[in-house]
Amino acid sequence: MSQKLTKNQQATSQQNWMLVIAVIALAVIPLAFVRGEYGGSDDRAQKAITEIKPGYQPWFNHLFEPASAEIASLLFATQAALGAGVIGYAIGLYKGRSQSQKSDDKSPLE
Amino acid sequence: MKARNRKLVSLGLMAGLSCYIVLASATPAAAMHISEGFLPVQWAAFWWMVALPFFVVGLRQITRITKEHPELKLLLALAGAFTFVLSALKIPSVTGSCSHPTGTGLGAILFGPSVMAVLGALVLLFQSVLLAHGGLTTLGANMFSMAIVGPFAAYFIYQLLMRTGKQRAAIFCAAALADLLTYVVTSMQLALAFPAASGGFMASFLKFASIFAITQVPLAISEGLLTVLVWNWLHSYGQPELEILKLLKQES
Repeated sequence: MSQKLTKNQQATSQQNWMLVIAVIALAVIPLAFVRGEYGGSDDRAQKAITEIKPGYQPWFNHLFEPASAEIASLLFATQAALGAGVIGYAIGLYKGRSQSQKSDDKSPLE
Repeated sequence: MKARNRKLVSLGLMAGLSCYIVLASATPAAAMHISEGFLPVQWAAFWWMVALPFFVVGLRQITRITKEHPELKLLLALAGAFTFVLSALKIPSVTGSCSHPTGTGLGAILFGPSVMAVLGALVLLFQSVLLAHGGLTTLGANMFSMAIVGPFAAYFIYQLLMRTGKQRAAIFCAAALADLLTYVVTSMQLALAFPAASGGFMASFLKFASIFAITQVPLAISEGLLTVLVWNWLHSYGQPELEILKLLKQES
């Protein structure tokens, strides 16, 4: 039973690697093969709006705008780091918990 | 020994994903969502009115969940963090422009779609206030596409595909299609507000959809894969939580 479990877990961990590789490939392949400016797609949407309706003026502006692209990237990185931190914390906690449970099951005398 | 290897491998994986997530987010560029002020007043108000009830229901749902099962709070935080991370990732796509995934599928599958209306709204609020990405006036419209239609689609697609019994495939499809649909809805919202002089709604819709939706296809696939990755971790280590949420298949 425990051996079968290990096999399952190995399969899952292999699958996880494949998933990560596939995601990275999906991001890298366009960069390598497609030439583009890699601007944001909502900039293009704004252009499309002004094409359809020339002279459209946004009627409301951002209350706060990052002072420069560097600041914006700092904030985006902060956002990602916060999220990644929480995910890492939660998964790590779950993992530690399930492992300590497992070792309790295996060696109740110790 | 084997157990140690496994531990190392999964630690490496977590570190790798974190690194990837942080590195990939380092390219600043404005990406999707409807920008501040780019919806006419009446449409902005309309989408706010549509989105608010979902937000209220979601808020109630969250209080209910955390009251009944306080031990699920961490998982709730994880679902929120997942959208937080994914919507910060500007990933290059086949059309030569960048866009980001939404990450709402995971939470919708775990907790139901209305919970994501709240978590998604928080992400959108953060981005529109601090990052000048999206906007306050267009927050209602962006909530409707990303935090409401996406999660509801994910939830129903998951329920539908679970009948085939293939859980991971169901999760992948649910997350990927939810992501894609979010941007189809964004295109629809823009087309409704800006119908073309010739061709009307459809012409506009195709124009906007070609900007958003096609860029989004590879990202939707990425989002599906990342959702399955986190699901695998939860499935390995978070069994008690998944049992509470009745998400464990008898055999898998």
